Amino acid sequence: MTIDSGNLNPTTQASRPSGGSFFTSKGRYRAFFETWPPIVLIALFFIGLAIFVVATAPLIAPYDFMAMDLRDRLTPPALFGGTWAHPLGTDELGRDLLSRLIISIRVSMMIAFLSTLIAGTLGITLGFLAAYFRGRVEQLIMMLIDAQASMPFMIIALAVLAFLGNSLVLFIVLMGFYGWERIARIARGLAIAATEQGYATSVRDLGASPMRIYGRHILPNIASTLIVSMTLNFPEVILLESGLSFLGLGVQPPMTSLGNMVGYGRDYIQSAPWIMLVPSAAIVLTTLSISIVGDWMRDRFDPTLR
Amino acid sequence: MLRYALLRIARALVTVSLIVSIAFVILRLSGDPAIIILGPEAPPEAFKAFRHAWGLDQPIWVQYLKYFNAIFHGDLGNSMRDGRSALEVVGERIPLTLAITIPALFLKVLIGLPAGVYAALHRNTAIDRLIMTLSVFGFTVPSFVLGLVLAMIFAVKLGWLPSGGSDTWLHAVLPIFTMGMIGAAVIARFTRSAMLEVLGQPYIRTASAKGLVWRDVVVAHALPNAAIPTLTIVGFMVGSLVAGAVVVESVFSWPGVGRLLVTAVANRDLAVVQVILLFVGFTMVLANLIVDLLYGWVDPRLRTKRLQAGT
Repeated sequence: MTIDSGNLNPTTQASRPSGGSFFTSKGRYRAFFETWPPIVLIALFFIGLAIFVVATAPLIAPYDFMAMDLRDRLTPPALFGGTWAHPLGTDELGRDLLSRLIISIRVSMMIAFLSTLIAGTLGITLGFLAAYFRGRVEQLIMMLIDAQASMPFMIIALAVLAFLGNSLVLFIVLMGFYGWERIARIARGLAIAATEQGYATSVRDLGASPMRIYGRHILPNIASTLIVSMTLNFPEVILLESGLSFLGLGVQPPMTSLGNMVGYGRDYIQSAPWIMLVPSAAIVLTTLSISIVGDWMRDRFDPTLR
Repeated sequence: MLRYALLRIARALVTVSLIVSIAFVILRLSGDPAIIILGPEAPPEAFKAFRHAWGLDQPIWVQYLKYFNAIFHGDLGNSMRDGRSALEVVGERIPLTLAITIPALFLKVLIGLPAGVYAALHRNTAIDRLIMTLSVFGFTVPSFVLGLVLAMIFAVKLGWLPSGGSDTWLHAVLPIFTMGMIGAAVIARFTRSAMLEVLGQPYIRTASAKGLVWRDVVVAHALPNAAIPTLTIVGFMVGSLVAGAVVVESVFSWPGVGRLLVTAVANRDLAVVQVILLFVGFTMVLANLIVDLLYGWVDPRLRTKRLQAGT
């Protein structure tokens, strides 16, 4: 029934420099792993791997991701009775799964990145507008935030896709509307708090324009919190995108994405389960890694978001 | 309290009309209905007749008012696929969806709430870490992956359960379980952080200090206060009972509203999509309204605070 003090004030633990206090001096390795927990290091490794794949996708893919080889259909992965010619096996048209996976990771990550960027820009802009104008403008923006937050985004996305049809650009913009309301809420709250602080008042009294106050002074001061919340938005966009692509309503063939691959693989769940399992594992590993790092960043840099 | 309730209801009505307006705008943005329905090669007289018959030659604000009028008379057009009323097409799928989403909701709450409370009360123990690890998986494993893996294990490998369809109650087990697991993870995480926040409050220390047994502190002071944020997420889940199963229904070929929506979007059966969109909007607004009223009832502070904030 004890209430430990770390519970009341999480900053004390997170912000203490590694090495512990002077009377409980810890080993160097222990101090290192307390700052960088092993799970976070593993997650960072996977994120690094994913970024490497995104950057070099067409170069490291052993085959063209659309190249078919009908003599080599449905070969299992190398460790499950297949050959090293296709390390992760092939699909129903004899396309190399590793190559498709590499391209899919690139497509899914790019969509999630661009969409999160859109959501971040939109959220920060609207949040700042609400904080600057207050009054009517703020109420209008808060109403939009509430309206967006009260609808399951999946349904909105499906409706827009039904009415407007699908193209990659539209799809990315649509995904960009996911999560802006949370970022806007945070940006508004932080900006209102920041305007009451000394530095913002000082630059205003010096005659700085609102654009300058918000862009050059407030934004850098609250950026860490905003970046954390955008990081936490990222895996959710991947999940949403892969969900829609899985349903056949997201990324359209001949383009491929992780959800797309799972969607096609489900027909072979009995005879060739690896077609579905390989991209599934990629989705889970990517979203899990980013979530772990996002949570860790939040605890480390910004305990208030918890 | 009356003023609070009236404000909430007025706000819900505003949101409803906002949803209807957005539906109208998207519908108009989607292109000329005459071209969509008659095809671009139809003769000009047919276009003219069509536009006149549907009131498309009238000013946009007249169309807008007529749209509102039609919706409140339940006139939402016909499905383009079989010509039946879209309302009817959607209506007959609703019980099937509720048959899996309501048990799933119970599963979510029954697993998620105790797990979250337990984890918060035993913070930083092995069980807390286990619960939180499982919960992170629930957040990051997409429902279609979990569904397919469960289908692979229990339907393909073990052969205990059917992998798709809706003939017997056995067909409902996997969809319910898939949704329940993921929802439970979400609720557990929310409940845990709500509980942790409450447990750090001074009134908990006061209650302990005045000599209350810890059990009574938790039951009488911590749980009611932690219930408030948890209520929000459960309210959202209640609101999405009708449409929360889009992906899972598709994975298990369960013929509910979600699967209807996916086929309607793929076929661009706009009338059906619109009915589902409006229906989901209304249920969400209703659920939010109920949660808001419950808030005011559970927590008297909110009644006054929100009024002062003018929101």
